[in-house]
Amino acid sequence: MNGVNVPALAVFVLFFALVTVMGFLASRWRRADNALHLDEWGLGGRSFGTWVTWFLLGGDLYTAYTFVAVPAAVYATGAAGFFAVPYTIVAYPLVFLFLPRLWSVSRVHGYVTPADFVRGRYGSKPLSLVVALTGILATMPYIALQLVGIQAVLDVLGVGGGENANWFVKDLPLFIAFGVLAAYTYSSGLRAPALIAFVKDALIYVVIIVAVIYIPIRLGGFGHIFDVAGEKFAAPKATGSLTVPENKQWTYATLALGSAMALFMYPHSVTGVLASKSRNTVRRNMAIMPAYSLMLGLLALLGFMAIAAGVGKGDKTFNTQLSVPQLFENMFPDWFTGVAFAAIGIGALVPAAIMSIAAANLFTRNVYKEYLKPDATPADETRVAKFVSLLVKVGALVFVLGMDKQAAINLQLLGGLWILQTFVAIVGGLFTRWFHHWALLAGWAAGMVYGTWKAYSIASPATKHFGGNSAEIPGIGEIGYIGLTAFVLNLLVSVALTLALRAAKAPESPDETRPADYGAESGDEEPRNAPEPVTAH
Amino acid sequence: MSSDLDTDQPVMPEPEGPPDLPAVTPERVLAALALLVPIVAMLWVGSYDKLDPEAGGVPFFYWYQLLWVPVSAVFTVAAYLLINRDEKARRAARKAGGAR
Repeated sequence: MNGVNVPALAVFVLFFALVTVMGFLASRWRRADNALHLDEWGLGGRSFGTWVTWFLLGGDLYTAYTFVAVPAAVYATGAAGFFAVPYTIVAYPLVFLFLPRLWSVSRVHGYVTPADFVRGRYGSKPLSLVVALTGILATMPYIALQLVGIQAVLDVLGVGGGENANWFVKDLPLFIAFGVLAAYTYSSGLRAPALIAFVKDALIYVVIIVAVIYIPIRLGGFGHIFDVAGEKFAAPKATGSLTVPENKQWTYATLALGSAMALFMYPHSVTGVLASKSRNTVRRNMAIMPAYSLMLGLLALLGFMAIAAGVGKGDKTFNTQLSVPQLFENMFPDWFTGVAFAAIGIGALVPAAIMSIAAANLFTRNVYKEYLKPDATPADETRVAKFVSLLVKVGALVFVLGMDKQAAINLQLLGGLWILQTFVAIVGGLFTRWFHHWALLAGWAAGMVYGTWKAYSIASPATKHFGGNSAEIPGIGEIGYIGLTAFVLNLLVSVALTLALRAAKAPESPDETRPADYGAESGDEEPRNAPEPVTAH
Repeated sequence: MSSDLDTDQPVMPEPEGPPDLPAVTPERVLAALALLVPIVAMLWVGSYDKLDPEAGGVPFFYWYQLLWVPVSAVFTVAAYLLINRDEKARRAARKAGGAR
């Protein structure tokens, strides 16, 4: 690696300091009277309007890892890596159907997490627990991967120390970044990432727009870029192509659909949605979120630009994750490289904060209050959640430092597959109480076991297990996303067992929600049968 | 076997709103269609998995999918407007019929 890029580093540190100050000041932003309520720390008081929610969700879903990994995948495989674009196109129309219902029922009953809803809807503690644990399990490696994003820019900046440096020196900048993040998340809760998201998203937009105009001009236009990429993929022994090979079309489509379905099952996405102040805020956001998808698509093209710019050319050991950071450093003047890297670095902090808050909410509501201390007051809950948010981040840090990076990527891959297995219980429950909770539990288990086992048995040149995310779909014969196949299995098991359990007259459990709850809008004057939020059930 | 809480729980959800507005309205059907269009278009990979025609040097595969980003947003906005209309009508009907 070349020496330290001082101007870029200075700009990077400057932005970092700015968002740190904002993070601590955020606790005063729109402060409510009852700061000890978990709704305040964990959901920003459920008060965010359309624009704040837009920035928050954008900052939340389009993470630093996305910004590094999507173009890296395009750099390495071409068209196959572009599936992130149809994925985000499909996601919003899909969730438009059910997120407003989740928002409404959560508002009426004071639910903070998806597992809270499952608990209330099915009256089943075990089902709620597995939804909560799946959420925590899927979120942890995702937080860890945000660190990989920061590491990538620090490496290229020359302060990562490279592979041979002393581990402490190498990771010191990472420690500082995460220490600061942990501190302001602890003190400001969801308000901190919501406020910082403005800076993050503004930076990202500027960087991407500049990149897709400036870099092609320097490289001789898009035509030339795609010609070079086409030549690279046409070379013997090259992997990847400019279009999806015909036998991979199913993979492309199922990955897009499965990922889109999983997206809003992630606890951090739900946290962002529940923090909005009205049902219509949620709907409006589904219509304006595609602005981020457009950016993601342009970003994906940077993978081809990295090829055309000769990044990593001839270097067999080149880490593809560095392709875009390296492209920026080669192409941009130093000060703008600093801006671009700040965008990626801050892009890691926002989702990491929201994810740790979401995981903390899950633990507090669905493990601590449910099993350890049922009479916990809202103030107790807030205290526990703040503490757990620290633990989660320390856990992620240990994870990244202690395990190899491949393990984090494997687990993130599994995380998407796992979280998708909560879809039947959550989305099914938003529309019907027909499913029996035992059947849903069995379906979840079937999907988890099948998906994990399938993923385990895939080998790739880089790794013996977890070498990919797609396998043959039984009965169809095409190669498809394992997570989606596992979801179909999950659904089939849930339906079959529900029929069997109904026939056997298995005992039902209470449903605390009413049909009207699913259509409730804030400010409805309808009488509410629910107790005060948070003390519900 | 069961507490008194669950004996009268309906297994299927009741239709929303008062009985005079059916669950299926033209607005809802159109909104569902508007949401379905981008999903189908994107999952039909065979329809766009080719290089030509290029636009500004960008192969069809890429510019077509990028173009669908704003197009999908237009469809979602349409669904939003339709659903809003539907919910307003339901609210009005509920008021007229007397809230439960």
